Amino acid sequence: MISLVLGAYAAEITVWHAYRGAEEEALEQAAHQFSEQSGHGVRLVGVPSGAYSSKLETAIPRGNGPDLFIASHDNLGKWTTMGMIEPLVLSPTGHIPVAVDALTLDGKTWAQPLAYKSVMLLYDPARIDTPPTTTDGLIELAHQQVEEGRYGLAWQASEPYFHAGFMHAFGARALEPGGGARLDTPEHAAAMAFSKRLASDEGIAPAQPTGALIAQLYDEGRVGFVISGPWFTADRSRAIAAAPLPIVSETGRPMAPYLTVEGVFEVPGAADGSADFARYLALGEGAAVRSEVGQQAVSDLAIQSDAPMRVAMAEQARTAIPMPSDPDVANAFEALARSLRAVQRGTLTPEQGAKSAQNYYDILSRPLPPAADPRPWLVGVALLVLGFLGWVGFQLREPELRARVRRHGRDYLWILPAGLAMSVLVVLPFVTGAAVSLFAHKGGEWRFVGLANFLDIALARDWPVTSSLSFVFTLGVTILWTTVNVILHVSIGLGLALLLREPWVRLRSVWRALLIVPWAVPNYITALIWKGMFHAQFGAVNAILGFLLMRGEPIELDWFAQFSTAFCANLVTNTWLGFPFMMVVTLGALQSIPRDLEEAAEVDGASWWFSFRYVTWPLLKPALLPAVILGSVWTFNMFNVIYLVSAGEPNSSTEILISEAYRWAFSRGNRYGYAAAYAVMIFGVLLVYSRAANRLVGEKVI
Amino acid sequence: MARRPSTPQVVFTHVAIVLVTLAALYPVLWVLKMAFSPGQAFSMDLSPIPTAVTLDNFRDVVGTTDSQGSWLFGRQLLNSLVISVATSVVGLSLSTTAAYALSRWNFPGREQGMGAFLVTQMFPGVVMAIPLYLLLDLFGLLDSLTGLVLVYATTSVPFSVWTLKGYFDTIPVALEEAATIDGASRWMTFTQIVLPLARPALAVTGLFSFMTAWNEFILAATLMGDQRSFTLPVVLQHYVNDHQTEWGHFAAGAVLVSLPVMALFFALQRHFVEGLTAGGVKG
Repeated sequence: MISLVLGAYAAEITVWHAYRGAEEEALEQAAHQFSEQSGHGVRLVGVPSGAYSSKLETAIPRGNGPDLFIASHDNLGKWTTMGMIEPLVLSPTGHIPVAVDALTLDGKTWAQPLAYKSVMLLYDPARIDTPPTTTDGLIELAHQQVEEGRYGLAWQASEPYFHAGFMHAFGARALEPGGGARLDTPEHAAAMAFSKRLASDEGIAPAQPTGALIAQLYDEGRVGFVISGPWFTADRSRAIAAAPLPIVSETGRPMAPYLTVEGVFEVPGAADGSADFARYLALGEGAAVRSEVGQQAVSDLAIQSDAPMRVAMAEQARTAIPMPSDPDVANAFEALARSLRAVQRGTLTPEQGAKSAQNYYDILSRPLPPAADPRPWLVGVALLVLGFLGWVGFQLREPELRARVRRHGRDYLWILPAGLAMSVLVVLPFVTGAAVSLFAHKGGEWRFVGLANFLDIALARDWPVTSSLSFVFTLGVTILWTTVNVILHVSIGLGLALLLREPWVRLRSVWRALLIVPWAVPNYITALIWKGMFHAQFGAVNAILGFLLMRGEPIELDWFAQFSTAFCANLVTNTWLGFPFMMVVTLGALQSIPRDLEEAAEVDGASWWFSFRYVTWPLLKPALLPAVILGSVWTFNMFNVIYLVSAGEPNSSTEILISEAYRWAFSRGNRYGYAAAYAVMIFGVLLVYSRAANRLVGEKVI
Repeated sequence: MARRPSTPQVVFTHVAIVLVTLAALYPVLWVLKMAFSPGQAFSMDLSPIPTAVTLDNFRDVVGTTDSQGSWLFGRQLLNSLVISVATSVVGLSLSTTAAYALSRWNFPGREQGMGAFLVTQMFPGVVMAIPLYLLLDLFGLLDSLTGLVLVYATTSVPFSVWTLKGYFDTIPVALEEAATIDGASRWMTFTQIVLPLARPALAVTGLFSFMTAWNEFILAATLMGDQRSFTLPVVLQHYVNDHQTEWGHFAAGAVLVSLPVMALFFALQRHFVEGLTAGGVKG
């Protein structure tokens, strides 16, 4: 019976995707139909989109991946160099040419095209009769919307993917045809200036527009025009119409957006029938289901839809430019995004923005350090290990110590399980990870570089020490972050604990229970909520401040525009998350301090402060110290809050060391070696700190 | 005899406590509001009280099924439960003996051993995900509950050892000495006398290990390759993506994920305060 089930399993085709909603439903239907016709089982696995590409890139090279996966074409370059995908044979005439182009690299086609997507001009047909054909017309209509009490235009202004229309209309491009990027051009400056004009100067757009926020504003009827794609129209609760993006009046050229093509990719060694399923999905029946149920703009030429949305999509596809699949585009995007935010906020002029983008791009795409000879290193490591063993052996020569070890022999059995588990599952991965710091990685290429990563970081070779990218700067921020947090955690926790232990306080256990709620709710949930509460226009924090300052309306403060307030936003979130732990620890410690001591002091006429300072505190301190040291180590590495609340804004100045390491590994050109060197340095700093803390306290605390 | 507080003192204290509690609960009330309100919008006004109440979001989240129509949410809830309970059990069994040895016996290397446990807390997690993946792949534990439990349990060991050792330090050795004189072995003394006395600390560390596993999503998403083996936090991430955030579903899921932890917190509250006392005072 069991083997039967397993047998059936083996013939299955596993498909990974990140679809949600109608598209997912369409995929399920198509898979079902295919199974019935072909007899091949199809297993669909939805992967959260945030973890999707990293999951593909970890699993597939090790043979743990799916047979097929659905993704857009923009990572094609990386995946072919990694050997993650197999070329597929496409129907020569069945698909729209631009889709086939996008999936072609080095003369081969790498996926069965499914659908194409690009941004368009979306609008609310209840408010707007005829969409504009030029940006001047768009701005005029948008102002009308503002007069009627809603936002004129919303788009994810700081994302280069959405900025591409302006960029192309002004004659700029993300990557040069021969490779590399030129971002410090007058064309880029002009496009940024135009983006700033629409995003802030004209007063027609909402602040800090994320995809989720724009969707919500649209559903509430609070925005007239949106620049977004088919994914946006799918789940709208209001009617929505689409038109091609307008012509930019200043240049007379159309806003040409990027076109991304979604395809089914086949993994080497895929199960039988995988290629059949890929073809089934791409053309004919599969495409029909995706078109009807999933509302996708399918690349199958035989399927035409006269739905207005799809007609607009097809029309937009004529001017759209396929998104570059060179991995280097990620660096150009990262650099552009950073400058766009600064220009829109007005902290940089468009010219400075363009220059700074180029500067940042050069940093991200800088060449690898020169290769080093690994042999001396191998010898060095071998010597270290031998030296350590020799040292232990030397110690054990002392008969007294040997006798002690023998006498306590069985004691070691008690810590053996924990020690073994820690060595294998914590120490080993860390040492492996740390070893990576001796290598450098860029675009799929690994090179042994010895200590070059560490030297680059410590000497700030690639940028000045005062830059927010420098290790010293980030270390300073991290120390400030840890110190202020721990002080706030301890003082708030201590204050509450002192209040809550008074026997005359009513409902003590109720308060105590309610106050630990921030600790009990997972922090990735509450950090996201706090992020929302700090929004400049719609956040509760500004509303509350407006109320407290008796303005009668929310104050207008962009929390993430300058270091001080962005840092405060992180701080508030983390203080909120962290004080309950300190409160509980303090309550515990207080419980064991006999009340009579303090009361005796107070009966003798001592003030409250005196009795706290000289009776309670000295008894409390030793119990709190380990918690403080542990708490500061946790805060030092508190990745979630920084990543989810400020995300390093502005200009990665509120980044702490751990999030900075993450950025180098995952969003700044996959510099794994560099990130690992950061991690090793974090470890070093903490090690020094705990040594120093122990010495400072004058006793072994932990 | 307890000193009687003055009336202003009483009033001030209560006002302060109520204010802090409100501030602490405000963001959480928002989660509740979004969970119980219809739609997927992020609540944009000040009041954390929903204007319309519906259970739709909960129904959607709980009712998730996969393409074969089997009940996905139930499966994932079971995964989360099994993994978290197993993590507490494995984590506790690893750390109690180690903590007891470190607390009681002065064997050579003891200091270094304790230092080593603290030091592992300083390893930045960022670099460890990929080596862990390779390691579990090597042992064939990828995509298995066992692999995840082992990883979580070891992650929770240092904190558990630290807490338990602190607590063991506060238990008078005299009891154990008496038992030894009566002929009890070390193992018997440990299991029959010390562990029952250490119940508060066991409760706290058990809860901590449980939470480590219950709330974690980065490793779970990396190490598990299948919707049927995902844990609830991974599923929650599904509702928050680049294009759109389904706040209603996310909040409903968040409430469901937080409830068991909250219940455990309240059930174990009594032990909490005592269990976290890290020695030094009583000793």
